[in-house]
Amino acid sequence: MFSLSGITTALHDWLSGRFSEAWVMLIEMLLAGIAVISFFAILGLVLVLMERKVSAWMQIRLGPNRVGPKGMLQSFADTLKLLVKEGMTPNGADKLLFNMAPVMAMVIAMLLMAPIAFAKDFQLWDINIGVLYISAVSSLSVISILMAGWASNNKYSLLGAMRSGAQIVSYELSAGLAILTIVVLSGSLNMNDIVMAQENGWWIFKGHIPVIIAFVIFIIAVTAETNRAPFDLAEAESELTAGFHTEYSGMKFALFFLAEYVNVFIVCAIGATLFLGGWMPFHIGNWDGFNRVMDFIPSSIWFLGKTFLLIFLIMWFRWSFPRLRIDQLLNLEWKYLLPISMVNILLVAAIAILGWHF
Amino acid sequence: MHEVLGTTTDGDLVINVGPQHPATHGVLHLVITLHGETIRKVDPHLGYIHRSIEKMCESLTYRQFIYVTSRMDYLSAHINNHACALCVEKGLQVEVPARAQYIRVLMDELTRIASHELWWGAMAMDLGAFTPFFHAFRERENINDIMEETCGARLTMNYMVPGGVMADIHPNFQKRVKSFIQLFRSKFDEYNEMVTGNIIFQNRMKGVGYLSAEDAISYGCTGPTARGSGVSCDVRKIMPYELYNQVQFDEILETGGDSFARYMVRLREMNESINIIEQVIDNIPEGDYQAKTKAVLKLPKGEFYTRVETARGELGVYIVSEGGTTPYRIKFRSPGFSNLSALDHMARGSKIGDLVAMMGTLDLVIPDIDR
Repeated sequence: MFSLSGITTALHDWLSGRFSEAWVMLIEMLLAGIAVISFFAILGLVLVLMERKVSAWMQIRLGPNRVGPKGMLQSFADTLKLLVKEGMTPNGADKLLFNMAPVMAMVIAMLLMAPIAFAKDFQLWDINIGVLYISAVSSLSVISILMAGWASNNKYSLLGAMRSGAQIVSYELSAGLAILTIVVLSGSLNMNDIVMAQENGWWIFKGHIPVIIAFVIFIIAVTAETNRAPFDLAEAESELTAGFHTEYSGMKFALFFLAEYVNVFIVCAIGATLFLGGWMPFHIGNWDGFNRVMDFIPSSIWFLGKTFLLIFLIMWFRWSFPRLRIDQLLNLEWKYLLPISMVNILLVAAIAILGWHF
Repeated sequence: MHEVLGTTTDGDLVINVGPQHPATHGVLHLVITLHGETIRKVDPHLGYIHRSIEKMCESLTYRQFIYVTSRMDYLSAHINNHACALCVEKGLQVEVPARAQYIRVLMDELTRIASHELWWGAMAMDLGAFTPFFHAFRERENINDIMEETCGARLTMNYMVPGGVMADIHPNFQKRVKSFIQLFRSKFDEYNEMVTGNIIFQNRMKGVGYLSAEDAISYGCTGPTARGSGVSCDVRKIMPYELYNQVQFDEILETGGDSFARYMVRLREMNESINIIEQVIDNIPEGDYQAKTKAVLKLPKGEFYTRVETARGELGVYIVSEGGTTPYRIKFRSPGFSNLSALDHMARGSKIGDLVAMMGTLDLVIPDIDR
């Protein structure tokens, strides 16, 4: 079985042979930081290109096809353009908050990446409260949006930020309860333990209908949490021009844009880890032969495949649904999703206690 | 903070939607008073694209002024030209040859479909769904190609002239129109699947932007806007011109009065236009496509008024002639202007998102409102 842990172990051994323990730790932290930032940037570029290609495919057109082979360098060209653009701060804006908001959005997205297991034994931070950490940090993202909306001194931004505040705070409840179903079943908050618990089958197959319901609710809730259509009320192009980032230009806008896509990746990664087994290959009970064949596919491919499948799903939503209205959005959460998730978690608890899951 | 944000004395927020705004499809400026997300008042400000077309027409001859009118409601250029041609013909008392009448009706109905296609895509885009726009344009492109072959233009056709049409139809015209009918029929279900049947879409449209039949009449609404409220006002039915008393078609009426009713009227009208085209396309008689008229047209002294049904409603052309080669005064009664006036009444008490949806169902074309 292929594993990325070989590389990291070799690197650690090589460094340990040359430097003292404190230096090794410092260098490793630095390397991890650089790795996260570069991964972050590449992910943004890839996802932007993917979105444009997916939307083009759905809209019977070609999408970017000029820069590089099949338009694959289009995102690089766009990033270059955004980098050389002037980063304006409008008059009357709160300069500190205005400039801090995009950085904060990005930092929060980066923090979220720490406990995600990208492959077998390949994780930045194996923390025992991984799921709790993710739900805690992801709720911070609303602050950066509120900050941007308030500091811009623009009425559209303010309206967008207020909408987003109501929306993210509401939908976090359902997302949290959906995550909780898996925590109840796995009996652990640790990402790795949750993945290991799915060795003989992913939770979406093992947990009967309640887990499928939780999965659907999770997907709806995270689409809303990341402000993606049909829940893109914070941006609502046809209503609020661009919502909370109306006044942003150049790289500051690009940071919001990047943070949005990385957030989509992260929520899909979490969804894949919790419901679809993360890096765990597709195993069926004790069919050893079948399981061993599946093991030949590297765990990182499994993880990325599942994650990108969910990302595609979320992009599919965006390009096929009209937007909800703000009151309908809140009705959906408080009148339907939240009660359903509450009943659902009771069912899951019963299943877990009685051991009805496979 | 309040002064900076611009609020009224009761603490309501005043925002300017437009003149440059993605929701207004042009340079319409709406001053909206908001209480939270709820709309208190909508105040449309016009004039950003006023080109004084009526004044320009006074210095152009009766042959020339028709070309300017293509720029009013650019999505139904044919129908604008048609209205003007009809008015001049009324003054000259010219009999239009049968072939020209058939061609005119065909062009009008194709224009109506093209206009409704664009409206359908743009309205879905107002609601946040981007994909329908491209699907609508796929079919609209076929109509534009047909127009291009016969009229030589895709947007401002200038094809209808006093006495008939500018040129005969292209040899391929009938074949291409028939293949378009087939294509449209096969794609029409897609529209319903993609937008009409969508639960989010229905929730956004049903019960919003209510306009009662009385209000529709008192605001002077015409076209699909009024027919969505159950007001029978199709000029093709109540004052038939050209062939419209000879073809079989229904006036589409919905009684809901809300955004969804207006949406359904337009959607069903596309189908009805296809029915009209099907009846006419095979029966185009041979003959002249233009009546013999003098090189310089002079209308007798007097006042002439004609009305036609454009894709947006009733377009009236009023010409006052002093007997010269140019009109003394021209007035256009544009459908969009009256329809827009009902927006404030419809929008009060609803949310910002609904305002955008309502504007979508009114199908506003700003150059038509401003002229």
